[in-house]
Amino acid sequence: MKKKQIITRRAAITTGMASLGALIIPGCKQPLPPNYGNILRMGDNFTYAAHRALLPGQSLAKEYRFSEISSMPATGTINPADTSKEYFSESYERLLSNGFDNWQLPVEGLVARPTSYSLNQLKSFAARTQITRHTCEEGWTAIAEWTGLPLGTLLEHAGIMPKARWVNFYSYDGWLDCIDLLDAFHPQTILAYGMNGKNLSIPHGAPLRLRLEKQIGFKSMKYLERIVISEEYIDPGDIGWAWYNGI
Amino acid sequence: MDSTSTSLSEKLRHKPWVKTAHWIITLSFLFLVFTGIEIMMVHPRLYWGEVGNELTPALLEIPISRNHKRSDWQEKVPFFDSEDSPVSAGRNGEELMFNENGWGRSIHFLAAWFLVVTGLVYLLLGIFSGHFQKHIWPRIKELTPAQLWRDIKEHFQMKIAPPTGGPTYGLLQKLAYMTIIFMALPLAIITGFTMSPAITAAFPFLLEVIGGYQSARTIHFFTSLALEIFLIMHIVMIMLSGFKQQLRYMTIGKQS
Repeated sequence: MKKKQIITRRAAITTGMASLGALIIPGCKQPLPPNYGNILRMGDNFTYAAHRALLPGQSLAKEYRFSEISSMPATGTINPADTSKEYFSESYERLLSNGFDNWQLPVEGLVARPTSYSLNQLKSFAARTQITRHTCEEGWTAIAEWTGLPLGTLLEHAGIMPKARWVNFYSYDGWLDCIDLLDAFHPQTILAYGMNGKNLSIPHGAPLRLRLEKQIGFKSMKYLERIVISEEYIDPGDIGWAWYNGI
Repeated sequence: MDSTSTSLSEKLRHKPWVKTAHWIITLSFLFLVFTGIEIMMVHPRLYWGEVGNELTPALLEIPISRNHKRSDWQEKVPFFDSEDSPVSAGRNGEELMFNENGWGRSIHFLAAWFLVVTGLVYLLLGIFSGHFQKHIWPRIKELTPAQLWRDIKEHFQMKIAPPTGGPTYGLLQKLAYMTIIFMALPLAIITGFTMSPAITAAFPFLLEVIGGYQSARTIHFFTSLALEIFLIMHIVMIMLSGFKQQLRYMTIGKQS
C-alpha cells in the first residue's frame, strides 16, 4: 500500500518552476546585456537578474580602518605610456608628459549638458574617501583608501536624462565597459583621483579610475578617457569575461 | 507497528526525486571541482583574514601552475613614509600567466546555480517528505559507541553489506551523508557567498562570521577537498558493495 504523499513530484516541480520564474521576472525589467549566444554565460545573466531582484541595491560594501590598508599589486595595464606594450597609447603619453594638465574627461551621450571636466574641476566637487577591499577575479585581495567624487554627482551635474540606462567607460588602454544605473548611483561608486592619501599613481590608473566596490576588481576601470551615457547597451563584443561580476 | 515499518523499509527503493537531485548535484559538483581547480591555478596561494596577495605572505602555497612563485615584478614602492609601510608593485609579464578565469568563473557559477537550486529543493523535500528523519538521521538508539565500533570494525574487515536498492543505510553511511548534506555542502555554499562583493554588501555578517574574504576562500578550498575525499570513498564503497547493481538502483532500476 502506498502512503499518500504530502508533496507530490508534480507539485514540487510546479512550485520550483514558479519560484524560479518569480526570481527571473523582476530582474528582466532591467535590460540584460548580451551573452553572445554563449550558453556558459547564461549563469552570469541569471546571477545579475537574481542579485538585482533579491539584494538591496544601495547596501554598502564593507569599509575598513586606516590601519588595515595593505600592500596592493598593480596588474593588467600598469603604464599606458610604455611603448613596448601592446596597450601603448600615444595620447596618454602626451598627457603624462604634461603632468595631466591637459587631461579632460568628456561626459557625453544622454546628458543635458555634455561637458569636458578637467582634473581640478573634478576635485572641486565634494569628495568621498573610502577604505575598501579590492577583490581580484584571480583570487587575491587588497585594502586601500580611495578618494574621489561620487559618479552620481557627476552624472547629475551633467544632467543625465530619464531615458538613460547604461554608463559606459572608455579607457586609454583601449577598454570599453559599462555599468547599470543602480551601480552608477551607488554611494560608494566613485571616480577616484587619490589613493592612500596621495595622487593616484600610474600603475593604479592615473589620473582617474573608477571604484566599483560591489563588483570584482577589473570592473573598476583604470585610466579613464571618456564617459558616455546611453539608452542602448554599447556592445564591446565578447571580451572573454562576464559582464556582471558581483560574485 | 514496528514490524510493519521494518518490512516496508526492506522494500524501500530510492525515490525518483532523490535520484534526480543526486545526479544533478553530482554533475554540478564535478563541474565545480574542475573549474575550481582552474581558478585555484590562477592564484595558487591561500591566506587568512581579509587580505592576501602576492605582496603579502601566504598561509600555504600550492605548486600547481606556472603562476606559482613569479618573480617579474616591478620595484616595490611604499605607500607611506613609515618603515613597515604597505607597498605597491606593478606586475610584468602578464601574458606568461595561466589565467582561464574568463570561462572558468562563468562555468563555476553556472554549475553553482544548479547545485544551489537543486540543493534547496532537495532540502525542502527531504525535510517535508520525512526522508531525512527516516533514512538519513541516525536513530538515538543506533548511536551507541558499541554499534559505532561494530560498524567501523566491519568496514575494516571488508564486510560490506550488499546493496538494498533503497535508503536503508548503515550507521557510518548515515553519518557520512549527514556531514555532506548538512555541513560540507552548506559550508561550501556559504563560503562561496562570502567571496561575493555584492552578497557581502547586503549581508555583512558573512564576513564577520567567516573571518574575512581570504578565510572564506581558504575554507572553501578545504571544504571542497573534504567533498572530493567523500566522493572517492563513496565510489570505493559502491564498488565494494556491487557497482553495477548500485548504479542500476540509483538510475533506472526498480527491482533486480
